[in-house]
Amino acid sequence: MKKSKWSLLLTLVLVLSMFLAACSGSGDKNNAGEKKGGEGEASKKPTEPQVLNILDSEEIPSLDSSQATDSVSFEVLNNVMEGLYRLDKDNKPTPGVAEKHEVSEDGTVYTFHLNPKATWSDGSKVTANDFVYAWRKALHPDTLSEYAYIMGPIKNANAIQTDGDPLFGKVEELGVKAVDESTLEVTLEAPAPYFLGLTGFGTFYPQKEEFVKQQGDKYALEANTLLYNGPFVLNEWKHNEGWQYKKNDKYWDKENVKLDEINVKIVKDVATSVNLYETGQTDITGLSMEYVDQYKDNEDLYTRGEATVFFLRLNQKSEALKNVNIRKAIDMAYDKQSMVDVLLNNGSTPAYYLVPGEFTPGPDGEDFRKTNGDFGGYDLEKAKELWAKGLEEIGKDSVELELLNYDTDGAKQMGEFFKNQLEKNLPGIKISIKAQPFKQKLDLESKGDYDFSYAGWGPDYQDPMTFLDMFVTNGAHNQMAYSNPEYDKLIEGAKKEADEEKRWQMMLDAEKILFEDQAISPLYQRGVTGLQKPYVKGLAHHLFGADVTYKWAYIEGKQ
Amino acid sequence: MLRYIIKRVSAMLLTLLIIATITFFLMKLLPGSPFNNQEKLSESQRYALNEKYGLNDPVPVQYINYLGKLAQGDLGYTFQFDGRTVNSLIANGMGPSATIGFEALLFGTLVGLVLGIAAALKHNTFIDYGAMVMAVFGIAIPSFVFAGLLQYYVGVKLGWLPVAFWNGPEYHIMPAFSLSVGVIATVARFMRTEMLEILGTDYILMARSKGISKQAVIIKHCVRNSMIPIVTILGPMAIGLITGSLVIENIFAIPGIGEQFVKSINLNDYPVIMGTTLFYSFLIILIILVVDILYGIIDPRIRVAGGKS
Repeated sequence: MKKSKWSLLLTLVLVLSMFLAACSGSGDKNNAGEKKGGEGEASKKPTEPQVLNILDSEEIPSLDSSQATDSVSFEVLNNVMEGLYRLDKDNKPTPGVAEKHEVSEDGTVYTFHLNPKATWSDGSKVTANDFVYAWRKALHPDTLSEYAYIMGPIKNANAIQTDGDPLFGKVEELGVKAVDESTLEVTLEAPAPYFLGLTGFGTFYPQKEEFVKQQGDKYALEANTLLYNGPFVLNEWKHNEGWQYKKNDKYWDKENVKLDEINVKIVKDVATSVNLYETGQTDITGLSMEYVDQYKDNEDLYTRGEATVFFLRLNQKSEALKNVNIRKAIDMAYDKQSMVDVLLNNGSTPAYYLVPGEFTPGPDGEDFRKTNGDFGGYDLEKAKELWAKGLEEIGKDSVELELLNYDTDGAKQMGEFFKNQLEKNLPGIKISIKAQPFKQKLDLESKGDYDFSYAGWGPDYQDPMTFLDMFVTNGAHNQMAYSNPEYDKLIEGAKKEADEEKRWQMMLDAEKILFEDQAISPLYQRGVTGLQKPYVKGLAHHLFGADVTYKWAYIEGKQ
Repeated sequence: MLRYIIKRVSAMLLTLLIIATITFFLMKLLPGSPFNNQEKLSESQRYALNEKYGLNDPVPVQYINYLGKLAQGDLGYTFQFDGRTVNSLIANGMGPSATIGFEALLFGTLVGLVLGIAAALKHNTFIDYGAMVMAVFGIAIPSFVFAGLLQYYVGVKLGWLPVAFWNGPEYHIMPAFSLSVGVIATVARFMRTEMLEILGTDYILMARSKGISKQAVIIKHCVRNSMIPIVTILGPMAIGLITGSLVIENIFAIPGIGEQFVKSINLNDYPVIMGTTLFYSFLIILIILVVDILYGIIDPRIRVAGGKS
């Protein structure tokens, strides 16, 4: 009796949602037609209100640059603050507070010369001391940042945040010094060619000590308890509802900032976002998988690759997965292309690698990915052959494995896909799935309490090392008992090498070893998809740190 | 009556203490840490952070520390939003959630009462069947389906009401109506059943035979007596509306507190888990108390205080 009531309800909901989906499809076509008409008239009017309306999915967790940990905070900070350098639309560092810099011969000492025109929103100058103060604050045990590890390349940064180390908490030992008011000297542990780009990351922004101390507990909790030095200031911040950026009149490069106002509203539901887009209340919306087909012919649709890579961790604590042939067989036994097409459908691309594509150009200008190419791939025959060989080597004819999974709908579908493909293609394998909430899953993973798991990794800085050093023996993020002394040697070497070409080669070789060992089975490089009105121009998207910069964005052709 | 209330309030505090204790220790059994970028932290970094927040102390010590602060009304700081207290989080989110919940409850109860009374008075007629079909739909279809349909047709297609956000009175209509659908259905069904039963009792027949007009009998005797089960379910229903508005708040982008219920647990945000749990427990206990007092006013036969002393 109870069952039939529920199934009736389910049917009803399904019917209703199909009805809904069909209707919004037709609505979209109407709008597209109207838009084309609008564009023609617009070209006559070159000046129009420079107002951008957008949505975000979360309240801002933190505007204290030394405490921020998440993408929303980093995105807002990136637009209201500025570090020594700032990433441009090609993800190359362009001058921010620093006008220029010099690097010592051995690549470990950076001297930054600050722009005398760089000011805070109260009119005072941004000085070298503001950087020293903020960076030390991020590492001090009382104000320790959850993101403090990002400062790792700076001399003594790791020791200062390691409890028990003689340097623990001694922030004055950090390799950063204000030579004078407008000269900042940073000493690194070892050469790090990516350091310049890293200075555009939130944790490295300056803070004015006098103002921070004066605000005390209230610092950065409201729009008016924060000093800004970026292209925009926060004019209004209504917690849990949204916030508004206004152009910063005190910004040193304000001539190049075109938008006067950006209104951000918090919307968590994708259907609501799409409805707001349809009614013109937002200029941009993200889309989830189920909307992509509906909008696939819409000219507003965009897809964009990200630098986040998902992969299967193959835990070598498991007897079966300790065998390299079994690991290789698993990697070859499922079709990554159809997985991406059917299950994700959002601009993600199949991954046959660890370091993502179009992320890091080498000293020769060639993308790391292009130089190293793909590893492995869907090959049923070979998979079966290696599988049989592997089973023989471990002396078993069947293997039971547990897949540790996230508990989101998308991940559950993905889990079913692996189970189905592997059980169909590899005779004798039996897979059980354990779905856990995000944090609980990470906890099980770090304890090594799983056989294989669906995992992902996003970059912290623009260098292959942010992916590669994850898998050194006993590394904090290895979590799968992988160990290869040769790999460790290459990574260690690359971290010390001052010669860029040699360093690059070491990282290329390291990735090859990782796949000779088939330490992981890569799945896909994530993409995002959404709708953006054609009159929104000049957005700069980034692959690490903040997602987007509005500094160069403008509205053209809306009216 | 006063003695009764004092007794109830002390029982309330004890109940809250028990809830706090159970929640605290259950919560500490959750694996994982409250840090937002847990996957990127190494062992030593996590240790240093735990030290900063006092999470390396033994759980009973943390418990005593927590109770000490709780006694002063301090619910601590959330891990999700830097420097923000749980008190301010609840205070900010409570307004919109309570407003929507109250509006839905008020509207739903009034419409439900009218439907229920009409159905009972016109028993086995078209009005009765119509009202009950509506009630069945109201119970069977979840509020978020109504919300989605309303948003699309009234907001996008017709453009009569704003699609989402929380700015003025017109922004309340769709979310409050979506939430009230379940209330209408429940109240209507209870009211109809109760009315039918009371309409058939001897005292109604007696009142009628004494020559009291039909209207007076229905309003003074019948409706008032039928209200007892409605008052009983009103309390839990009010709580359900405030806590269960999570999905509606999401759909209409209302800055309420509902989402923190689930989110804080998923994120291991310990102070918020404790804060929301205790706050809602407090609300529920309070409403139960109010309902008990209301009983006495509606029906003197079940005046609790008098019966015992």
